[in-house]
Amino acid sequence: MSDMVDSGLEDLRELILGRKRDSTLSAEIVRGELVVTIPVAAAAEFAQFLQRDSNCQFTTLIDITAVDYPQREQRFEMVYHFLSMPLNQRIRVKAAVGEWEMVPSITGSHPSADWYEREVYDMYGVVFSGHPDLRRILTDYGFRGHPLRKDFPTTGYVEMRYDEGQKRVIYEPVKLSQEYRQFDFLSPWEGVEYMIPGDEKATK
Amino acid sequence: MEDKAEIDPLTGEHRIRNFNINFGPQHPAAHGVLRMVLELDGEIVERVDPHIGLLHRGTEKLMESRTYLQNLPYFDRLDYVGTMNQEHAWCLAIEKLTGTVIPRRASLIRVLYCEIGRILNHLLNVTTQAMDVGALTPPLWGFEKREDLMIFYERASGARLHAAYFRPGGVHQDLPQDLIDDIMEWCRHFPETLDDIEELLTENRIFKQRNVDIGVVTPEDCQAHGFSGVLVRSAGMAWDLRRSQPYETYSEMDFKIPVGRNGDCYDRYLIRMLEMRESVKIMEQAIELMEATKGEDVLARGKIAPPRRADMKTSMEALIHHFKLYTEGFHVPEGEVYAAVEAPKGEFGVYLVADGTHRPYKAKIRAPGFAHLQAMDHLCKGHMLADVSAILGSIDIVFGEVDR
Repeated sequence: MSDMVDSGLEDLRELILGRKRDSTLSAEIVRGELVVTIPVAAAAEFAQFLQRDSNCQFTTLIDITAVDYPQREQRFEMVYHFLSMPLNQRIRVKAAVGEWEMVPSITGSHPSADWYEREVYDMYGVVFSGHPDLRRILTDYGFRGHPLRKDFPTTGYVEMRYDEGQKRVIYEPVKLSQEYRQFDFLSPWEGVEYMIPGDEKATK
Repeated sequence: MEDKAEIDPLTGEHRIRNFNINFGPQHPAAHGVLRMVLELDGEIVERVDPHIGLLHRGTEKLMESRTYLQNLPYFDRLDYVGTMNQEHAWCLAIEKLTGTVIPRRASLIRVLYCEIGRILNHLLNVTTQAMDVGALTPPLWGFEKREDLMIFYERASGARLHAAYFRPGGVHQDLPQDLIDDIMEWCRHFPETLDDIEELLTENRIFKQRNVDIGVVTPEDCQAHGFSGVLVRSAGMAWDLRRSQPYETYSEMDFKIPVGRNGDCYDRYLIRMLEMRESVKIMEQAIELMEATKGEDVLARGKIAPPRRADMKTSMEALIHHFKLYTEGFHVPEGEVYAAVEAPKGEFGVYLVADGTHRPYKAKIRAPGFAHLQAMDHLCKGHMLADVSAILGSIDIVFGEVDR
């Protein structure tokens, strides 16, 4: 819980900046967590460096995910979390990716990246180069779209039911018996930028 | 005329094709909805391809359109066996971002209930794994004790499973003293049940035949495949987040971390049994430490927690705060954080990206089961078909958290 910066983490930051100066865009410690930003093309090589370097030993891959920022030019941000059990340290590696860019797969150095990368592909549509078996993982067989993108509606596009006449499960476009209710309780005094009824009077 | 393709041109013998079978989606030993395509050479497993996602509910998508507090109950529905441990990770992530320090009593209650969650989980896992390899009595005995624990859950939160008891800033309500006394009393007698279950299993010939030397993992495997929790400890690494990256009051607790030697299913069983005994010790210590905090508040009263009921009767500000908290929800400052806890199944983490509003911009749930299930191909290769269910049982999979 403390904001105390652990000296080991500071040393790691220096080390990474020193060894990987050309492929590190930034390395900082925020809330006691080391966050490194790299160009996406260097992902595989950087993961391997973190794993093999005797001063890093980030041998355990904790998680791979992406974050969607539709307003950015490079829409996605890949986020890798690694853990070093020998050093008892964690690191987060981030890389910006455009919608049509390929991300080098890190399955070469971390076999466990397999499913995580499949999940990112499934949820965001980010394609990995060099992945052995890039299939969808969590969504239905034959699913269309990438659900965690911000422009994908929470209700989805299709729904399925068992049809008594055809004696099988059928897919249909989503029909909502009432409009999908998305209450926005954001305080009108702080935060909202759009117009709320009555605002037109206030501008005059 | 015989089909030419069936005859090997070199030896003139019949060519034997590998056999593919579906394990699940409905199979009692699949522990939920798992479809595994197994490629078999006779009875030897050549390849395992788990198809997951049958229980995918889009938790992470739903979370993006709900407030931080509304998202809390989703965590109960991930690993529905030890539910409060998941809520814990979510609360820790929020508390880290907002810089909230929770009261000591709340912290001790969290430790107490996390350990109850661990016992709930291990009791279920150990006994149903035994059922997967043919024993019927252990689940009956284990579930009796689980029932007691679920009643403790209910007496604290009102729900047996989906508790929503841990809240950002503490826990929902203080525990009544008679509940604490009953938990203490239970702790005194529970090791006897463990002795009974051990008597059934530990030296049982069939149980050992089915588990010893099955699904062996090495420390190298653990790191390459991203294992955590009992799997790592079974391979001989003393890695436990409660010890190595302590949170709450775990650093004050006196407990041991059981470590295996062979990394097989049997070691994992032994570790789970020992961990339950350690959990009981931690629970007793937490209750003793709670004695000194009697009457202390269990929520860090501030922006992220509701005001005291009594204050709402007299203070207008408290009433407005309560209303705004449960409609708009609290705001979390912009930033990102990763918070992890040692859940019964391994490292359960939450990666939270906040954009300064009342809803998370992105939340990624890191479930231990996802990494473990992924390694099924590695673990099962070369084993017999019957070992698949023993291995699956021993890596402790719950589909709520794998599929999210």
